[in-house]
Amino acid sequence: MSNPKYKWIGTRPDRPDGADKVTGRARFGADFNLPGQLIGKVLRSPHAHAIIKAIDTSKAEALPGVKAVVTAQDFPDQPNLIVPTGEMQVNLRDITRNIMAREKALYEGHPVAAVAAVSEAVAKQALALIKVDYKVLPHVIDVAEAMKPDAPLLHDHLLTEGADPPASKPSNIAKRIEFKKGDAKAAFAHAEVVVERDYSTQAVHQGYIEPHAALASASEDGQVQVWSTTQGHFQVRGFCSRLLNLETSQIRVTPTEIGGGFGGKTVVYLEPLAIRLSQKSGKPVKMTMTREEVFRASGPAPGGNIKVKIGAMRDGRIVAGECTVEMQAGAFPGSPVGPACMCSYACYDIDNVHIVGFDVVSNRPKVAAYRAPGAPISAWAVESTIDILAQQLKMDPIELRLKNAAKKGTKTAYGVTFNTIGMVETLEAVKNSAHYKAPVKHGYARGVAAGFWFNVGADSSAAAHVGEDGSVTVISGNPDIGGSRASLALMAAEELGVDYDKVRPVIADTASIGFNFVTGGSRVTFATGLAVVNSVRDLIRELKVRAAKIWKVDPEAVIWENGMAKPAGSNVGEFEPLSIADLAAQAGRTGGPINGHAQLNVTGAGPGFGVHVVDLKVDHDTGCVTVGRYTAAQDVGTAIHPSYVEGQLQGGAVQGIGWALNEEYIYNSKGRLENPGFLDYRMPVASDLPMIETILVEVPNPTHPYGVRGVGEVPIIPPVAAVGNAIARATGVRMVDLPMSPPKISEALEAAAPRMAAE
Amino acid sequence: MSEIQYQTAKTVKEAAKFMLAAKGKGYILAGGTDLLVQMKSGLRTPGVIIDVKKIPEMTTVVEKKGSFVIGAATPAAVLGENKKLKKAWPGVIEAANLIGSTQVQGRASMGGNLCNASPAADSVPALVAAGCTVTVQGPKGKRTVPVEKFCAGPGKTTLKPGEIVVSLTLPARPKNSSDAYRRLIPRTEMDIAVVGMGVSLTMKGDTCVAARVGLGAVAPTVLRVDKAEKALVGSKLDDKALDAAAAACSAACKPIDDKRGTIHYRTKIAGVLLKRVALIARDRVKGIEHHMHDQWA
Amino acid sequence: MAKIHVNTTINGAPTEFLCDANQTLLEVLRDNLGLTGSKEGCGSGDCGACSVTINGRLVCSCLVLAPEAESVKIETIEGMADGDKLHPLQKKFVEMAALQCGICTPGFLIASRALLAKNPNPTETEVRFWLAGNLCRCTGYDKIITAVLDVAAEMRESAK
Repeated sequence: MSNPKYKWIGTRPDRPDGADKVTGRARFGADFNLPGQLIGKVLRSPHAHAIIKAIDTSKAEALPGVKAVVTAQDFPDQPNLIVPTGEMQVNLRDITRNIMAREKALYEGHPVAAVAAVSEAVAKQALALIKVDYKVLPHVIDVAEAMKPDAPLLHDHLLTEGADPPASKPSNIAKRIEFKKGDAKAAFAHAEVVVERDYSTQAVHQGYIEPHAALASASEDGQVQVWSTTQGHFQVRGFCSRLLNLETSQIRVTPTEIGGGFGGKTVVYLEPLAIRLSQKSGKPVKMTMTREEVFRASGPAPGGNIKVKIGAMRDGRIVAGECTVEMQAGAFPGSPVGPACMCSYACYDIDNVHIVGFDVVSNRPKVAAYRAPGAPISAWAVESTIDILAQQLKMDPIELRLKNAAKKGTKTAYGVTFNTIGMVETLEAVKNSAHYKAPVKHGYARGVAAGFWFNVGADSSAAAHVGEDGSVTVISGNPDIGGSRASLALMAAEELGVDYDKVRPVIADTASIGFNFVTGGSRVTFATGLAVVNSVRDLIRELKVRAAKIWKVDPEAVIWENGMAKPAGSNVGEFEPLSIADLAAQAGRTGGPINGHAQLNVTGAGPGFGVHVVDLKVDHDTGCVTVGRYTAAQDVGTAIHPSYVEGQLQGGAVQGIGWALNEEYIYNSKGRLENPGFLDYRMPVASDLPMIETILVEVPNPTHPYGVRGVGEVPIIPPVAAVGNAIARATGVRMVDLPMSPPKISEALEAAAPRMAAE
Repeated sequence: MSEIQYQTAKTVKEAAKFMLAAKGKGYILAGGTDLLVQMKSGLRTPGVIIDVKKIPEMTTVVEKKGSFVIGAATPAAVLGENKKLKKAWPGVIEAANLIGSTQVQGRASMGGNLCNASPAADSVPALVAAGCTVTVQGPKGKRTVPVEKFCAGPGKTTLKPGEIVVSLTLPARPKNSSDAYRRLIPRTEMDIAVVGMGVSLTMKGDTCVAARVGLGAVAPTVLRVDKAEKALVGSKLDDKALDAAAAACSAACKPIDDKRGTIHYRTKIAGVLLKRVALIARDRVKGIEHHMHDQWA
Repeated sequence: MAKIHVNTTINGAPTEFLCDANQTLLEVLRDNLGLTGSKEGCGSGDCGACSVTINGRLVCSCLVLAPEAESVKIETIEGMADGDKLHPLQKKFVEMAALQCGICTPGFLIASRALLAKNPNPTETEVRFWLAGNLCRCTGYDKIITAVLDVAAEMRESAK
């Protein structure tokens, strides 16, 4: 299944880092060590909410083997200043408090101190010797509870931004946002069918298998080196520079291989602590999180409460949509309530839409991005409600969506008008798929849902260098979390007209390439791919100049074809084509080293649409769900390396299935997390699933030379409601609270039994 | 520098001696799949770790006239490969083979599972249903105890200082007997049982003439539900008998609400499982096999 | 308390090390012996990223105490290739894109090899249940299962 338009793009060669990754040679965050390194460990608050009255570190500092101890005193306070990070925004004042508590501990697991010692055992002993004088305060975990006027207050200064009328008293509601298109209220009055429901979701974790890890080495001259498992080493550099008052050029961050991120590694936790401990001790400091720390103290995805109201005509045309999202931000403001609101109805062309969102703080870890942040939560509610509508109208769920599908020219509720998009094509692909055409097996039921994500572009820098023998190195600055090295090499090979194996992609550290935004936002193949293509085009331009010099002709008279410089026509002269190797051999005489580079801030990232279908059965006695068949369809622009595009769809679908069925953060009455481990935080295992079929719908993105559209995030959005919709059709019971775990399905079935017996 | 000591025992008597000498700070290391997790979480802080895996008596299975003496530290994976044991006691084996992942199976033992005394231990309900007796070695010699009397509460056994579990004995079976174990978990693997059910039956034609029922994860210790057994014995395992046995299991539950299940749910599932597992055991007597992986087949 | 001196065999090579009684085999492999191919994902036997075999038996090295390595034969991911020749499973995983970030890959390879050694003709269900103790968050398992089944078929073919 390769792409007939291209020689390399659309093929499935081995990834360049494959041998290292299957032999254990590839080095991830915790695999880096420096001679003489110390081990750093963090002391964390056992309380969900407490004033920190005093911290006495003297006994820890006196313990033999302890070389440095830090608290908030060791980090400068930060201004009230918002900076972007990945697809979310953060406030520096909040970030410095998140990495190390200052006035208050705001969640169980909040760092209050850190030590560096000669061994992990000594470091742990040192933590036990640190005395923290807490004044425990009442805490609040639940969003609805946190919004109440008498709720325990996390931040005295927090006045609701965007409140109408403006807020005069502090609360836990950090922000109110609103999107309007047309007049939903009036449209509801004319709707022939109105469906209204309230939904809820719980916090879930990205679940990356590799815990956070960082190694920092500070020199006496002020230079700092950091190795970090991160989705954005430039981000790490930027944060550490601000949080520690260092110049960015003083910090050199090398990204290690990364064992999963999904958005959760676009922020810093350990790096600033490791740097500070290294500065104080004069030794390298290595820090890793345990799995328990990852759950207690890194940023999960928020849970929230969502109210949806949809009005339609009997022919299926949706005339009005309302949505209210109350979203957990964790201890500091900044939940992805914005994207949640913006994506809620984006799959559809609806004239009247009104969406309101609330960003609410509570005593939980500060949330971080998780694959299409916010969107799975609103999509769970909207797509479930559309399914109820389909059932009430007795319409096929695909037909209902086709009737209302967003198209080129559709204006969204958040103001953007779509260019060429693939919602209709994806719906048609599902409609014509083997899965959808197959009858539903006895005992099973089928659910369908759609999803939308914007995808981003942003900053990328790339370079392309020719070696003395003509082989090409392509350098970029985005950690490879899903096989992007292969895709970048494919695009470079296609552009250059040389074999894929002749192109070596390299990921450079922050000192060795220009600025790059994070690996996230489904942007690398699109934006960094574009930078790589442009750097190769720059290289080709230079190669043509060198050929022109050799042939003593005008550079305009040289063309580049199939990896060779050729005269543009026979009138230019009878010259034998020159390969890159030929040109490289004469580089010194024609002007020196042959390099190309490009840097850009890319816009025009095409949005993505996904439609998923699931067949499942529900054991009515136990509430257990068996997923029998699953298909994920998505408009993917151009599939550069189809295997890795399929992989994004499959991985995202399974994360969504876990979100739907069993994953949740469980807190006890003291505000402590009860399930900080893989045993009771229940992610899907191999035996839970069937094969995940994929349909790659290629609607090329007109703003990219190879039609690339970001694909990574969309796949996690449809599965949650697809599963819920199938469960509704399997049981006759509509679940509205996530996760749809066996006890909850069992309870819902029991509650519905009298009604269903009567029917 | 750690203060923890590691010792390898060569005989049962030596292991018991080490335990006594450790003065309450000794921990037996069989598979380590509970002990190491608890050491890491700080739940258990050994002074002395006593490795018993070099003791043949504790790591082998001996068949004697139809009864099986199973070394307490024998890994579950090794038990699963024992064809005779699997044929005689398919329920016990499938229970043992549900303890954790394949990797955990390579190390975890039924003795360890029992001594960890989790109310949700997977092997214990099947052992209760099998009528297993536990052989204990102490400073004063050996003794035996019925498995359903071995645990005292969550995380607590009835072992006295210096005592260790040596082996688990399954009695010789009458003909036309079989057993089965099923548990309810939210996923298909890797979860702690929300309810665990072991049933062992002897049939005479279509009539059940003997039954034992072991119910786990619904009380501080695994229960033997004799009222359920009485409802099954003498019946043809028809709906009426199964309903009565199921109700007896639900009535016997004393579960807690926790992150794995509510009281209401566990009580309900206890009854659901009894019916399913009894029929699987009965079908096995008839030579009809239901594979663990066919969910609720 | 003096350190314990252990003599063992790792990937066919006689190896000795010093350790504390409460160090795990995983810690010793990674921190003392430089064998960082086995990964710590959870430290509690729930993710399989630390999988090794001991005397041919698949185990989580985070649940084995380092002193238990005495006189046993340990196989880690570093020993899976034969010199510079990848094992068929390693080759297939790369070919089929059965890895994205790669952190779980060493564990899956060790576990899959152990499966095929025991059962050369597993069904898809058998592969999935055998590998249930290996967590992957990137791939949704699909391509991993396909790769294992493909290698099983190829190995059966070449054994004929």
